[in-house]
Amino acid sequence: MNESAVFWSRLLTELTLTFHIIYATIGVGVPLMIMIAQWVGMKKNDEHYILLARRITRGFVITVAVGVVTGTAIGLQLSLLWPNFMQLAGQVIALPLFMETFAFFFEAIFLGIYLYTWDRFDNQKKHMLLLVPVAIGASISAVFITIVNSFMNTPQGFEVVSGQLVNIQPLVAMFNPSMPTKVAHVLASAYMTSAFLLASIAAYRLLRGSNHPYYKKSLFLMMKMGLIFSIATAVIGDFSGKFLAEYQPEKLAAAEWHFETEEAAPLILMGFMDEEQNIKFAIEIPYLLSILAYGNPMAEVTGLNDFPEDEIPPLYIHYLFNLMVLIGTAMILVSVLYVAGVWRGWGFIHRPWFRWVTVLGGPLTIIAIEAGWWLAEVGRQPWILRGYMRTAEGATTSDQVDLMFILFCILYLVLGIGSVVVLRRMYRLNPIEREIEDRMAEMKGVGR
Amino acid sequence: MSLEVLGIIVLWIFLFGYVIVASIDFGAGFFNAYSLLTGRSHILSNIIQRYLSPVWEVTNVFLVFFFVGIVGFFPKTAFYYGTVLLVPVSIAIILLAIRGSYYAFESYGSRGHKGYAFAYGVSGLLIPSSLSVVLTISEGGFVEIVDGSPVLDYWALFTSPLTWSIVLLSIASVLYISAVFLTWYAWKAQDLNASELMRKYALTWSGPLMLMAAAIIIQMQEHNPDRFQNMISIWPMFGVSAILFLLTVWLLWKKRGLGLSVGLLILQFLFAFFAYGISHYPYLLYPYLTIYEGFTNQEMAIALVIAFIAGLCLLIPSLYLIFRLFVFNKEYVTGNQKDFHA
Ligand code: HDD
Ligand code: HEM
Ligand code: HEM
Repeated sequence: MNESAVFWSRLLTELTLTFHIIYATIGVGVPLMIMIAQWVGMKKNDEHYILLARRITRGFVITVAVGVVTGTAIGLQLSLLWPNFMQLAGQVIALPLFMETFAFFFEAIFLGIYLYTWDRFDNQKKHMLLLVPVAIGASISAVFITIVNSFMNTPQGFEVVSGQLVNIQPLVAMFNPSMPTKVAHVLASAYMTSAFLLASIAAYRLLRGSNHPYYKKSLFLMMKMGLIFSIATAVIGDFSGKFLAEYQPEKLAAAEWHFETEEAAPLILMGFMDEEQNIKFAIEIPYLLSILAYGNPMAEVTGLNDFPEDEIPPLYIHYLFNLMVLIGTAMILVSVLYVAGVWRGWGFIHRPWFRWVTVLGGPLTIIAIEAGWWLAEVGRQPWILRGYMRTAEGATTSDQVDLMFILFCILYLVLGIGSVVVLRRMYRLNPIEREIEDRMAEMKGVGR
Repeated sequence: MSLEVLGIIVLWIFLFGYVIVASIDFGAGFFNAYSLLTGRSHILSNIIQRYLSPVWEVTNVFLVFFFVGIVGFFPKTAFYYGTVLLVPVSIAIILLAIRGSYYAFESYGSRGHKGYAFAYGVSGLLIPSSLSVVLTISEGGFVEIVDGSPVLDYWALFTSPLTWSIVLLSIASVLYISAVFLTWYAWKAQDLNASELMRKYALTWSGPLMLMAAAIIIQMQEHNPDRFQNMISIWPMFGVSAILFLLTVWLLWKKRGLGLSVGLLILQFLFAFFAYGISHYPYLLYPYLTIYEGFTNQEMAIALVIAFIAGLCLLIPSLYLIFRLFVFNKEYVTGNQKDFHA
């Protein structure tokens, strides 16, 4: 084993995944939002929604490009940095990874077509149908890759006999216990994030003096979507917690700072832990952990003291967990207020302070995504394949990982800044007011 | 046919697909940069944009398919190649990332500047170079097993003439494939200036291509006599490839049957690529890993094959659709249509 190679491999994996997941989440969620916008536009016969779909699509191309290249990077890095792990796990879980490439193919092809056929068909509906494979392809690829990740958490579908893997069942490996909650939670949170990101852009334009109905429609539509998917995310998140209690109790216990196995366990919210593992400034709510874990206030929840010391994940995941749940709850609140406010005619939802809160929602949900993944991945440590292979055993022995880490840092810096700059310029050069004018002129010209 | 052989054939076909579509892309970038330098960019850039824009992401997926597939069918490759290839493949990833994203930024975002176009063109030659090193390594002689882990001997690799011949061959192939294809594409677009220019490039690069191919076969004799014997024993395939090559050049020379010449070009590379692949059999990494030792278990192999067939049923109609819309559609290619870009 090569200690420094392990260290740098972890760092590089963390870096690439943390960066990829931003673009991947947008890649999963935004096609659905485009589709909804285009569909609403057709149904209401409102050009604004169609334009909304079209403008989102343009920006989407940029984020897809970064998603594709960083995805290619992580796909290769899995073999470059974790050769031992891939050699072992590949025998059992290669199937979903392989199927994922077909989903990519499908998505890439139809995205190319969709992009280059705006207005080519007389019937808008035909054009919108082209987006269906894009949205399905994106979501399915997320499903497959999340299945791989769930296998790392609860591996099954094989047996180990004297160091050899035997009796391998690829489908059993795919449908492992953590798969249903994980897949559902990842999808719902991706849709939620995309909705709030788009809402955040609309709110920002409204704050910046544009008073165009286009942005108001966009904001309202996206807040409705955000509301639906944030509730779904929270509900499924609760199921994820129940799953953990059953199958990965050490992750739940570490996330909740729950040390003693006990019945009627209280939930610890917030707080800080000092060197001696004393918890300060925390809010303790009796019975709540038992309810969260098993839906029963008297249920027994396993504590950290019942696990071998070298199998306990880092305790800082408590902060990540709280951050994610906090943001999730806050966003439900914000979107409920907004949607109810529109129906009821509450004035404060149009005030600048509330707009700013909405603007913040976009970045915050991205932070929740990051916190969620870090919770899930760090909470699996020290295992790379829980119960079978430790992270350190999976790593490469190559000596050059540190250098590669620096190179990839530079790459992601360039890609991150580049994509933001290009996106901003793209929309600034073609503001909505101008595009609507052009559009009107064009439609008169054609005589439709 | 055994599952091992079936698996490697499938992967080899997709790698071939990548070689062709990526070569067109890489070469186009280079010619674009070159024509900028020589002040003829107006001739080419339009054609290149029209071809590349809708398909660039598809190109990338061919590569992803290959490397995901090879780890799926032959998990041991992850161990051998994963360990030794960290540096060359990381460099290739970085170049691919810069190139791909820059392309999207440029064509959907905003016009960039000459320096970028230049970097873009050069990266199109560096990527095949760094990827072709993988093939060189697979020939054996550069990897040693130390304490149970494979270690790459960089010094031997970079001082071997074989390495550099393969690098040069990859560059010559990229430029040749791309030039022949674009000659035809520009001709279809009725852009005769561009077509003529590309025809000249194609003829220029045909010489170096054959020279490098011959050089490699000769060097193989010294580097790895076993592999050389294998190559000799399937000489008819290389022979067919050479004949197809001559036919293509002849057609280009006569400015006749440009569509046919693209077909012959693809066949030529198909024969050479498979002849090379067959001569490599059964080794994935000479002499440590064969396709039989490296193969996954039966259950997974069958599952992968089923998934593959199901996937193809989705893929082939979709690929047909995109090619019909953007490569074989006269209206689109000539730019007579309105621009329907989002
Ligand atoms: C917008 C993002 C977002 C929001 C608001 C939430 N989550 Fe989450 N959560 C994720 C995004 C996410 C994620 C990024 O999708 C993760 C990482 C890995 C995974 O399976 O999903 C995740 C993981 C994750 C896990 C770990 C699952 C595992 O390791 O197997 C649990 C227990 C929860 N979440 C629970 C919740 C609860 C109770 C929430 C209440 C509101 C919540 N999440 C909101
Ligand atoms: C896309 C969202 C994902 C993110 C953001 C993510 C993030 C992370 C992070 C932060 C770690 C580091 C844990 C630590 O060092 O304590 C990690 C570990 C790891 N993850 Fe994930 N992960 C994701 C999905 C996956 C998937 C789908 C796979 C498998 C196919 C995977 C493979 C790994 C591996 C091999 C490690 C070990 C490295 C390590 O522990 O540092 N990850 N991941
Ligand atoms: C270890 C984990 C991961 C690996 C190995 C991986 C691999 C890849 C690869 C190879 C690509 C490029 C495909 C192409 O060429 O088109 C890609 C893109 C993508 N990935 Fe990841 N991925 C990982 C994690 C994730 C996760 C967790 C999600 C979803 C939640 C995701 C969603 C996507 C999407 C949607 C794209 C397409 C690009 C886009 O539309 O933005 N990936 N990924």
